[in-house]
This record gives sequence, C-alpha cells and structure tokens, in this order.
Amino acid sequence: MIDAKRRILLKGSLAAGTVGVAVGAGLLSPGLVLASWNEAAFQAKELPAALKSLMGSDTTETSEAIKIKAPDIAENGAVVPVTVETDMEGVKSIAIVADANQTPLIASFDLGESALPFVSTRIKMAKTSNVVAVVQTADKLYSNKKEVKVTIGGCGG
Amino acid sequence: MSDIKIRAKLKDGETEVKCLMSHPMETGLRKDSKTDELVPAHFIQEVVCKAKDQVVMTASWSGGVSKNPYLAFKFKGGEVGDPIEVTWTDNKGETQTAADKIT
Repeated sequence: MIDAKRRILLKGSLAAGTVGVAVGAGLLSPGLVLASWNEAAFQAKELPAALKSLMGSDTTETSEAIKIKAPDIAENGAVVPVTVETDMEGVKSIAIVADANQTPLIASFDLGESALPFVSTRIKMAKTSNVVAVVQTADKLYSNKKEVKVTIGGCGG
Repeated sequence: MSDIKIRAKLKDGETEVKCLMSHPMETGLRKDSKTDELVPAHFIQEVVCKAKDQVVMTASWSGGVSKNPYLAFKFKGGEVGDPIEVTWTDNKGETQTAADKIT
C-alpha cells in the first residue's frame, strides 16, 4: 500500500518535471516566438550601433535613388507620416530611423521576393531631426535622409 | 473580432496593401502626467504580411511607430480575390490576425 502511493507520487513529480523543463528551455516563453526581433538593434542609442546589429555594417552610401516622403514641418511629433520608396533592384530590407530619438531605429521591413521596395507608416519624433532611410541590397547599404522640423515632440509625456 | 483594417487594391499589376491596427504603442519612456511614473512599454514588435499564404513582408518595430499604427506596402503578382493576411505580435506576446481579399 505504501509502495503504491510512492509510485503515484513519483509519477506525479515526473510529469511536473517535464513541464518544468519545457518552461526552462524557453519553449513556453513568448520571447522565443519573436526570434527575428533584434533587441540590440532596437535598443541601441546610436544609429551606427543599431545598423551594425541589424544589417551587419554601419557603412552606408548616400543615394538619391531612395525617396523619402515626409512633411517639412510636423506639427505633431507623435504622428509623422513617412513613406520610403526606391527604384533599386534586389532590395532585401528597408529601415526607418529618426536621428534624434532616444532609440533611433524605428522600424525595419524585410521584403519577400514579390514585395516592391515601398513602405509607408507613421512614426514618432522627439524633436527636429533627420529621418533616415536605409536600404539594404544584396551587397551594400544605401541611405538617404530628410529633415523634419518638429514643433511638438512626440515622445515625452 | 479583430481590429486590424486591411485594404488591398490591385492596380497595373501591383497590389498595394494598406493596414491600420489599433494598439497603444507605448515606448516605455513616457511618463504618466498624473502619477509621474513611467508607462510600461507595450508595442507591436513584429508584423507579418502574407499573400496567398506566402510571406510578402515582415516588419520589425520599436515603440517609435505611432499609436494605432498605419502600414502600407506593395507587391507584384497579386490577383483579385487572393487572400491577404496580416498578423502582429507585441512585446507582451499578444497577437492579432486579420484577413481580407485583393480587390
């Protein structure tokens, strides 16, 4: 009788052990779902560090082929519409950066095979600064920038 | 009920997809004006856009994207009636998916 109880107890603790291992290995943590989200890049305080982490290099060539559509003056820094477009071939990804923000890297878009090099979104800007667009092709990084004057910052409380 | 709005339009062989999501997009750096405490970060980290079950674009975001984010992108090769699916996941592990068809 005592022995049978001992068996049940053992089985119970074994089952619990399996769940524990799963959690420990990160199988159940939500963090692992986003394996591609580059924490280091998005938390970097400087653009070169962010680019290095995101695209493996911080050397970019200025290219007028990248068109940035953003307002000259943004009345509200909390909502600044930005569109990035280019006619370059073989674009792998596009990143949008607000130079003076605490964490400058705002968004990065990985383009699939059928996607065209065009993205449009709305960003927050802390103060007047450059909006930088970085375009990654197979072998090089290109960038262009446009200054946006911000009258009311969009990151403060 | 999902509150991602999707509009996908085919024009001259290119499909333009526009989506509007509803999310607070807190950076974690903003202070509550009443309590003077930092508002915890809560923002969308990843948006996956699919057309006909093929991933067309994956966007990675920081809290620097505006509240209730807007996203537009284009791709070639779509056809009227093809399904478009958009899924976001935020830093708390919450996720939302919506689907629509190309018109």
